[in-house]
Amino acid sequence: MLNLHGYGMRLIEGALVTVELAALSLIIAVLLGLVTASAKLSKRRLPHLLATLYTTLIRGVPDLVLMMLFFFGGQVLMNDVSDWLYARFGLDLFINIDAFIAGVLTIGLIFGAYMGETFRGAIQAVDKGQVEAATACGMSRALIFRRIRFPLMMRHALPGLSNNWLVLLKTTALVSVIGLSDMVRVATQASKTTLEPFTFMLFVAVIYLLLTSLSEWVIKRLTRKYNAGFTRGRS
Amino acid sequence: MIDTLLEPLTAWLAERAIFTPDTLAVYWQGIETTLSLVSLSLLMGFVISLPLSLARGSHYGWLRRPVQAFTYVFRGTPLLVQLYLIYYGVVFIDDVQESWLWPLVKEPFLPALLAFTLNTVAYTTEIFHGAIVNTPRGELEAAKACGMSRSLIYRRIVFPSAFRRALPAYGNEVILTLHASAIASTVTLMDITGAAQFVYSRFYAPFEAFIFAALIYLVITLTLLYVLRRLEARFNPQLRGVRKQRRKIMAFGNAIPQKP
Repeated sequence: MLNLHGYGMRLIEGALVTVELAALSLIIAVLLGLVTASAKLSKRRLPHLLATLYTTLIRGVPDLVLMMLFFFGGQVLMNDVSDWLYARFGLDLFINIDAFIAGVLTIGLIFGAYMGETFRGAIQAVDKGQVEAATACGMSRALIFRRIRFPLMMRHALPGLSNNWLVLLKTTALVSVIGLSDMVRVATQASKTTLEPFTFMLFVAVIYLLLTSLSEWVIKRLTRKYNAGFTRGRS
Repeated sequence: MIDTLLEPLTAWLAERAIFTPDTLAVYWQGIETTLSLVSLSLLMGFVISLPLSLARGSHYGWLRRPVQAFTYVFRGTPLLVQLYLIYYGVVFIDDVQESWLWPLVKEPFLPALLAFTLNTVAYTTEIFHGAIVNTPRGELEAAKACGMSRSLIYRRIVFPSAFRRALPAYGNEVILTLHASAIASTVTLMDITGAAQFVYSRFYAPFEAFIFAALIYLVITLTLLYVLRRLEARFNPQLRGVRKQRRKIMAFGNAIPQKP
């Protein structure tokens, strides 16, 4: 029988941290991705340049290095800020970077670059005539985005989006390295004290498999929804 | 000669607090470790994935299902967990500490290499499988009509055509493996990220340490991207000149005055 040596509850809590972290970073990544995609498609030069720089830099560097840079670097920056506040105003407050918030922001920032690429292709794939028809109907830009552009774009974006989500979910394991108590970290500590790495690591692996399988099921449902009205090409 | 050339450089380095010749040597070691880890796992991954991708598409369930299960598990779990399982788990295999393998697996390099290879095999197998499945039916029919045998069809038609289709996705996998290798530093391997962590903890200078590492990764990534693009151009001779033509058409299109 599976014996978790009393770590069961902490592992479940860790799993919840993983899920929360992944969900919140996904929201940030999608929002950033939409902004990046529209900046890349913008006719003006500066937004285009900034977005290209952002996606190239982020996608050219490993997640772990970026995470360490933001987390450790952010802490030093915060220390400098609090030192300055103390020297200048005599304010004695120590700002500690919260590992969870740092993790959400970092993963969101990293995957925003990947999402940006996905959305850019998807937006370009939307039939121009549809948008023109909506404009002719007198819809506002916001309404066009909500009713026409977004639903049509999602059909093209969904494969890339779901792929990014699956990668993001697995990337959350890295936050254990910068000190956040997600389930990988709990499992590492548990394996070190109980000397049973197989039990705990396999347990974590199974939870990840469940999460990815569940995601794939949801993605299949979403694909069906956004493909409504389109016939699948014969292979 | 070289000494006189290097002298200003050494003098310049001596003034720096962090990027001394010593720390640069640590980074250099890190580059060597990362590159050997990545190239070895990619090489082995490529060789192992070829037969596995055929098995993945086999009509026989006993051949297909184990491969399917393998790729499902290894693509559905984080590489970090796989690495921890192998690195921390290997100690607990019965009698491993007495066997001849122990001096090899005691160090983090081989467990890391094993984890990365298994991981990249899982992804590469699926990429190759997808490319083989999508071989245009007409190519196969033409080959059959020419009287080619099954093995000849695979050698002359399926593999070259599939490789061409797999190249963009495989190139992506190469870059991802390079980036994933940063994880090796978590099991005390001194790769580029490990070197950065060392410099960070020694000088408490996160920006210098990690930005320098990031730049190294960026340079390697861009080099790889360049090589991959060249390869794609080489294996897709039919696309040569297309880009130039497209540019010409675009230029012509832009020359037409647009309505405001």
